[in-house]
Amino acid sequence: MNSLRRKFIKTATFVGVAATTIGTGVLIPQRVLGAYVKAAFDAKDVNGALMASLGSDQHSASDAIKLKAPDIAENGAVVPITVSADMGNIDSIAIISTGNVSPLTSTYNLTPACEPFISTRIKMAKTSDVIAVVKADGKLYSTSKEVKVTIGGCGG
Amino acid sequence: MKKLLALAIACLVAVPLVGMATPQQDLSEFRDYYKQRFPGTPFEDYINGVYSIDPASREQWQEIEEFPPYELNISAGEELFNKPFANGKTYASCFENGGIGIRQNYPYFDTELGEVITLELAINRCREANGEKQLKWKRGPIADISAYMAYTSRGKIFDIKIPDDPRALAAYERGKKHFYQKRGQLNMACADCHKFYAGNMVRADLLSPALGHLTHFPVYRSKWGGMGTTHRRYGGCNEQVRAKAYPAQSEEYRALEYFHTYMSNGLAVNGPGARK
Amino acid sequence: MAIKIRAKAQDGVTTVKTLMNHEMETGLRKDSKTGEKIPAHHITEVTAEHNGKLVMTANWGGAISKNPYLSFKFKGGASGDKIKVSWVDNKGGSDSTEASIS
Repeated sequence: MNSLRRKFIKTATFVGVAATTIGTGVLIPQRVLGAYVKAAFDAKDVNGALMASLGSDQHSASDAIKLKAPDIAENGAVVPITVSADMGNIDSIAIISTGNVSPLTSTYNLTPACEPFISTRIKMAKTSDVIAVVKADGKLYSTSKEVKVTIGGCGG
Repeated sequence: MKKLLALAIACLVAVPLVGMATPQQDLSEFRDYYKQRFPGTPFEDYINGVYSIDPASREQWQEIEEFPPYELNISAGEELFNKPFANGKTYASCFENGGIGIRQNYPYFDTELGEVITLELAINRCREANGEKQLKWKRGPIADISAYMAYTSRGKIFDIKIPDDPRALAAYERGKKHFYQKRGQLNMACADCHKFYAGNMVRADLLSPALGHLTHFPVYRSKWGGMGTTHRRYGGCNEQVRAKAYPAQSEEYRALEYFHTYMSNGLAVNGPGARK
Repeated sequence: MAIKIRAKAQDGVTTVKTLMNHEMETGLRKDSKTGEKIPAHHITEVTAEHNGKLVMTANWGGAISKNPYLSFKFKGGASGDKIKVSWVDNKGGSDSTEASIS
């Protein structure tokens, strides 16, 4: 997790420049709940995707977030992912697959009635990290796990 | 004439002495082989294929089984199954018990027609008998209907019969021959991967045991992103050892399915299955 | 039925599981015959309501698996309450289904 922190501090200036070029949806604190931000899903880098979807690319590691993902995906087209968190006031969850052409797979906007829990199945292009990012009280927290994606022998 | 007859009878009697095992003996040997190979796996669990011998992929498979994509195919299949043909009749009229809970009886050897009848073949013959066009064999509506029919039969035990008819035995033997015969550029037999090397890795895939294979067809494969029939997979497997695939529902694949399913006698229908 | 819903209330929390029928085409795949890229066609928004009140929304890219699955939980809910799940995709397609909490 520390390596991620260092990485973000290093790339802060780059993101500063990128942020202004990404366009609308950036740095807007109140977004229409449920609006699909295309820029976030087109972003080719994790920071850009987070900035466009959650309004920030600064996140701190938290072990209050539980990310369930297989060690070795049986098939990269269908990887079961479950995110849950022992945290209050969560309003968004984002699931990122760093090895995908566009790392952001999905975001979830939870009303206060929601429990901090999301389960879905994602496509992973190759062995890489799955990062679960949670937005609570305006701050971003994350946890990540490496998932191996292999080439099968039976046409898998 | 009498001499010829006596000679003919002598030959017929002599054949068993030449050491050809009966299907029952084959089945016994088959089961014993896997029992020795995977001593920790209970017989009933072989219906779960590779998941019966690998805990890691079993966990992922169970997550998918929470709400498997094939449920969409079962619903689609049910609708298709219940929709009347142009002449007002339905599939139910072609099958015993209205087509419900009968998957475990297929394939069977039809002694009148002298051929192996698979479930998909029966579905299309039903259509033709009622003035409808045949469905494509490997995917789409036929796979959905087959999935629905398999689903209504879950839990029923396979009990494929080989009637006392030389043609039935010949079909069984043809299927057995296909299973054990090396083929293709890679020169491999079904038995190589699924019997002798079952449980080993081929690149990053774990080879599933052939015991129990046919219990979970038709199958929704993550790789296909959809439902496919047994013969779709047979074709794919033949091509994967770089052999030319036979056409779906050809005599060769029907014979193979006959042998292959017989080898899963005693195991429960659990189709449609979800696999990688 | 292109959306299947299973909703169960237990110990003050309702768990909803849904399965949707959709290609979820990424837009990155090439047609094996023509060599052309198959255009992206995937669900972009999923909305879930409990007795007419918004519970959660999801925004999906093409990297969500084909015939997508989604499960979420919310506080409250009782047997018989209505759960409505709707989606729209990037081509203007949409679908919606309602089910009762069991």
